[in-house]
Amino acid sequence: MVTAALLAGPSILAAGGEAVERSDGGVLAAGAWLIVLVPFIATLAITLFGKRMPRHGAELAVAAVGFVAVYGTILLFATTLGDGIVYEGALKIGEFGSFEIEWAWVVDGLSIMMFFTVGVVSTACFVYAVGYLEGDVRPTAFFASFTLFAGAMLMLVSAANLIQLLIGWELVGVSSYLLIGHYWEQKENSSAGMKAFIVNKIADIGLMIGIIIAAITVGSFTISTIMERVVESDAALDDVAVVIAVLLFIGAMGKSAQFPFHVWLPDAMAGPTPVSALMHAATMVTAGVYLTARMFPLFEEMAHEALDLVLIIGAITLVIAGLLAIVQNDIKRVLAYSTLSQLGYMVAALGAGAYTAGLFHLFTHAFFKSLLFLGAGSVIHAVHSNNMTDMGGLRKDMPRTFWTFIIGSLALAGIPLFAGFFSKDEILAAFNEGGHPIVFWLGVGTAFITALYMTRAVSLTFFGKYKGHGHPHESPAIMTVPMMGLAVGALLFGFLNVPGITDFFYELVITRGVSAELLGEHATSFDFFALFAGLTAGLLGIALGYRLYYEDAATQEERDRLFIPVLWPVLENKYYIDDLYMNGIVNPIKGPVARFINWTNSYIIDFVVNIVGAFTRGLGRFVYSGLDQRGIDLAINEAGAGTGYLGSKLRYIQTGKVQQYAVALFGGALVLVVGFWISIT
Amino acid sequence: MTIAQFLVLSAALFSIGIYGVLVRRNAVLVLLSVELMLAAVNINFVAFGRYFADSAAGGQVFALFIITVAAAEVGIGLAIVLLIFRNRASANIDELDVLKW
Repeated sequence: MVTAALLAGPSILAAGGEAVERSDGGVLAAGAWLIVLVPFIATLAITLFGKRMPRHGAELAVAAVGFVAVYGTILLFATTLGDGIVYEGALKIGEFGSFEIEWAWVVDGLSIMMFFTVGVVSTACFVYAVGYLEGDVRPTAFFASFTLFAGAMLMLVSAANLIQLLIGWELVGVSSYLLIGHYWEQKENSSAGMKAFIVNKIADIGLMIGIIIAAITVGSFTISTIMERVVESDAALDDVAVVIAVLLFIGAMGKSAQFPFHVWLPDAMAGPTPVSALMHAATMVTAGVYLTARMFPLFEEMAHEALDLVLIIGAITLVIAGLLAIVQNDIKRVLAYSTLSQLGYMVAALGAGAYTAGLFHLFTHAFFKSLLFLGAGSVIHAVHSNNMTDMGGLRKDMPRTFWTFIIGSLALAGIPLFAGFFSKDEILAAFNEGGHPIVFWLGVGTAFITALYMTRAVSLTFFGKYKGHGHPHESPAIMTVPMMGLAVGALLFGFLNVPGITDFFYELVITRGVSAELLGEHATSFDFFALFAGLTAGLLGIALGYRLYYEDAATQEERDRLFIPVLWPVLENKYYIDDLYMNGIVNPIKGPVARFINWTNSYIIDFVVNIVGAFTRGLGRFVYSGLDQRGIDLAINEAGAGTGYLGSKLRYIQTGKVQQYAVALFGGALVLVVGFWISIT
Repeated sequence: MTIAQFLVLSAALFSIGIYGVLVRRNAVLVLLSVELMLAAVNINFVAFGRYFADSAAGGQVFALFIITVAAAEVGIGLAIVLLIFRNRASANIDELDVLKW
């Protein structure tokens, strides 16, 4: 049964002092649970029947995410053209004591934005995957996990309570593990999957503890209830708000791959390219940003110290990851570090209190980064190598891939009128106006670095001479059409939030059950200082990249060394962070700690266990021979023997002579008659 | 006529029947004695039916039933006795003790 609990719709919410009427979205919002259910059902159907279908279950997967995309788009239009939908629905599943277990979904501007982004980007990636996975070893397993991945992300973003969010969160982790290790025949791939899973799990401990503390303090897992307490400035929540916020953010750091949990993301490239595209754009890595945005009023009102941590972590990540992207030769790794860097922007933006800017960058980034990944996949598909030193000169052979890749790169580099320009500018403006000069200049510097490494990647891949083997061909339409679709997004979606001109996106993401004052302001005019700083940095980066790499890049490695002689070895070894984790954590655990635990196990625990075992065995022996054999069994055997003996004696009264029986019969009757006679007189 | 006269007749007949069943060795005579006991029961039924002025004539009806059942029973009984006699050349009930032990 659907028991729709309306939280705040239609209701009056204060936004900037004005009263705003919100609608409950009607049947559209009430049925939004389908968005989550359909991918899960598709996963099940692919698992069961996929092998027997002509395209190994891909048709079901595409249909499921296509449905989500359409539904998300309809919701987007419904909320934008109407008053804005704020709705919370619940499907009661059962009771656990006084705690009601329900599947609750929230439909508001933030979740609709995520439905739309996840739906559209997933559809592009899924369609692309149909072409990319042609002739794969196990396409059914891939599409089942891929659909589960999308469904888990939708579960996460639709969650109205933290438990459900955690379920979606963990399902994203599990399905990402399956997808990263899709080609598990090679040890590195399954190790990469495990690395992603374990690093995420470590961070998830923070999330889990944070959720538990929040639930104990507030007495509910429901996010809107927690937000109500934030609005009421509840004293009990205020006391622990910083702890909760930091713990939740630790979980977010894991999924969104923020320093120091960033190590899993570059290795996650081991999965098929459509997975990388989806994972790096709309799902998984955005989960942490989404969580922080969803809980933003808590951070903003009660946990400013935690917000500072968010800002610092974001700033560190955006710089270190950007630098690493310059020295990578694997095209997917360039993009992976670029993703890390852009996630740093988003997280730092939230940390600086720029809720809209952070989410807007998430939104635009989802389109152009998935586009770049699909482009990289297309190139890899043609060249059969991830390595940019095997590429070059592909712009003539692969024109569609080239042009869409250029659009994605320009958007990422923040060139005016492309989507990334507006979102990055808004973040830089937020740093500038929020009084964070250091983070601002780090952001500007990273904009320069971003432009540099993207120019390098484009030059090495598409310009110069072809250095690989064979003759590369343009990918089939099933792969290039999704890229063109995403390119449209990368071109146009920046205009959804131009300061002072359009506020479509701002209006969308502040359509929530809490007042807009808690969610930050929308810039009403360009911050021209930030704009020119960012733009200059981007153009300089392109110029330098062009200067260094445009010509035949056979000697690009020497040039790298020349360019950054000191930094190079550090960057090449990823700041030794992986080595630090390996030698500081993994190897000690594998070595001395494991040996100590093994010793403890063999000599202490096993000793106790053996003693207990020996005692139990002795006890068992006594019980068997003493109690069971000589006690119970004896009694039973004797009872049986006694009955047999008695029977052997009593059988002789069965003479077989009818008249003796008749005597007994009539004698008995006589006794009864006499008895009755005596009793009635 | 009082009810007691009928009951005495019935009791006498029944006792003779019991005596016959218990002491006779010939199976045919045992069957005859069983018939005597049934006749005694019939007399009781009819006498009580009459004495209590049973308007449904239950006593008479039961007597008729018993006569029918007795006829069937004796038919089967005699058939068994006949078969036993054919097999063993004797209808002596003392020798029929194959059911013992």
